[in-house]
Amino acid sequence: MKIHEYQAKELLRKYGVVTPRGFHCVSVDAAVKAAEELGGKIWVVKAQIHAGGRGKGGGVKLARSLDEVRQHANDILGMQLVTHQTGPEGQKVRNLLIEEGADIQKEYYVAALTDRATQKVAIMASSEGGMDIEEVAHSTPEKILKEFVDPLVGLTDAQAENLARGIGVPEASVAKAVDTLKRLYTCYMETDASLAEINPLILEGNGNIKALDAKFNFDSNALYRHPEIVDFRDFDEEDADEIEASKFDLAYISLDGNIGCLVNGAGLAMATMDTIKLFGAEPANFLDVGGGATTEKVTEAFKIMLKNPKVKGILVNIFGGIMRCDTIATGVVAAAKEVHLSVPLVVRMKGTNEDLGKKILAESGLPIITADTMAEAATKIVAAVK
Amino acid sequence: MSILINKDTKVITQGITGKTGQFHTEKCQEYANGKNCFVAGVNPKKAGEKIFDIPIYASVKEAAAETGATVSVIYVPPAGAADAIWEACEADLDLAICITEGIPVRDMLVVRNKMKQKVAKGGKETLLLGPNCPGLITPDEIKIGIMPGHIHRKGRIGVVSRSGTLTYEAVAQLTEIGLGQSSAVGIGGDPINGLKHIDVMRMFNDDPDTDAVIMIGEIGGPDEAEAAMWCKENMKKPIVGFIAGVTAPAGKRMGHAGALISGGADTADAKLAIMEECGFKVTRNPSEMGKLLKAML
Repeated sequence: MKIHEYQAKELLRKYGVVTPRGFHCVSVDAAVKAAEELGGKIWVVKAQIHAGGRGKGGGVKLARSLDEVRQHANDILGMQLVTHQTGPEGQKVRNLLIEEGADIQKEYYVAALTDRATQKVAIMASSEGGMDIEEVAHSTPEKILKEFVDPLVGLTDAQAENLARGIGVPEASVAKAVDTLKRLYTCYMETDASLAEINPLILEGNGNIKALDAKFNFDSNALYRHPEIVDFRDFDEEDADEIEASKFDLAYISLDGNIGCLVNGAGLAMATMDTIKLFGAEPANFLDVGGGATTEKVTEAFKIMLKNPKVKGILVNIFGGIMRCDTIATGVVAAAKEVHLSVPLVVRMKGTNEDLGKKILAESGLPIITADTMAEAATKIVAAVK
Repeated sequence: MSILINKDTKVITQGITGKTGQFHTEKCQEYANGKNCFVAGVNPKKAGEKIFDIPIYASVKEAAAETGATVSVIYVPPAGAADAIWEACEADLDLAICITEGIPVRDMLVVRNKMKQKVAKGGKETLLLGPNCPGLITPDEIKIGIMPGHIHRKGRIGVVSRSGTLTYEAVAQLTEIGLGQSSAVGIGGDPINGLKHIDVMRMFNDDPDTDAVIMIGEIGGPDEAEAAMWCKENMKKPIVGFIAGVTAPAGKRMGHAGALISGGADTADAKLAIMEECGFKVTRNPSEMGKLLKAML
């Protein structure tokens, strides 16, 4: 689960990381009032969306007067902000963060994430703050430093000092950087984050260390023990169909193609999408119905797929293990009837009671096309939509 | 022969009294030598009772001491599953198989580091399979987990995969063309897990009754590449490889918690390229895994 920058900073402040002062606003008037309240001569007006690259897309503006705050807030609020992470249609800006200006002497990058290979928490740091870290990793990987933290021990002073000195924090500010890194680590662990990134972390003229921007992702398996983080969830930033699917315990991801697919198991679902592409078309979605492909779940899955106007055909691929093929066939037939399915449907079923399942499909009176292998199913659905 | 388990393995079921645990324990008992293999269950509140004639003990340690079991299978719900893994480890079992899906990653991080620390201090190593996996099976001998037993057939091909249904797909293709399996192992779809592809490939390499292996992976993480590199230097047997997720977009979690592209190196294309370089026969058509393997024998 992702959250906004202003929420991420709220979390960081709770853990004692210093950030610029700022206010979350949803209207232009509130933005101006926030700037007045903050005082000073420079403010930053920042679009809040769940995607990176906001500055380049025109979603972050410096204001040198209250009139400019009003002007920028007016321009940004409601705009379709397009960044490299939003796709060409962009994301509508509904929230702003109004912050005091900062005296930036130097920008660094720091982040915490779980390292799969070592099964430790990786704390990453770089002197190249404010840049796209993927780009830094690609062009100058030696500028990214890493320390691997044993969760039974925690981030040690020595590790944090290595990072701080390694990225060139001046000696007078090393203690402050170490403190910030340790607080970031604690925050990462205690909130069950899967990514906690401060980019940039800045050095100010007075030697202070501040988090100027922040990004968090959270482990959805652990949300049950963090109601305070679940409260941060912003449904406006998520795909409406994916939210709908999650209510029925369906794992669904929208894609760009025209063949809807419904599969049991995440690996088989990806393999089915890949097979569709291999045979010349593109999948419209990823959809894992999980272990229990009941009539209700299959019906809801059909409804969600068919909401997408691009869908010209559906491929169902079920490996009947514990769940028998005849049960699934009954569910598919009932679902197809309930939604008055009008696009071609290819069903491939394999496993327990396969023949009985095929018989139910054949006798349903519906124009269901059956197939024995994934390859055959993909060939047939691709032909049917052409 | 087979890897990790055989008809003489004695198994403890942790979470035997829950709905999932009961359902699958019954299926496992019905398969091959299951009646003799599943010897104990654990639930501190129901110690002394029986379920399907299987005695329930208060702890894994007690169950192991009473029955001589060396393996446990875990169906405990996510919030308590990491503790259940640690309990199996503290009881010095050989292997814990965790079926549970949805365990918080931090819990897995902590328990994995505890397990490594125990070994570093000279304690006995307990292997972990999973979590979020279908388990493993040695056809006609023993099935521990949630896979459908009847699609398997005894034979000499090893199968290892992160995905449950994709394992079944490979197994069914093999069985259909007359090739049986030595063992089929699901290592699970979570980012922090126990046995990885490389560990299972090592075991298949050492198993005199395995002639060839189908290795199935998916997007996300470095494991398949690591295994491929090891195989290039060490593997003496032919391997067919498939990676799911060529069409998966970056940054989206595709069902499995671990199926998430986080950089350039863990895409399906990148993994397929490394596997091919390392001598695997790779395919982009998952319907062909069985056929390709047969052609290599």
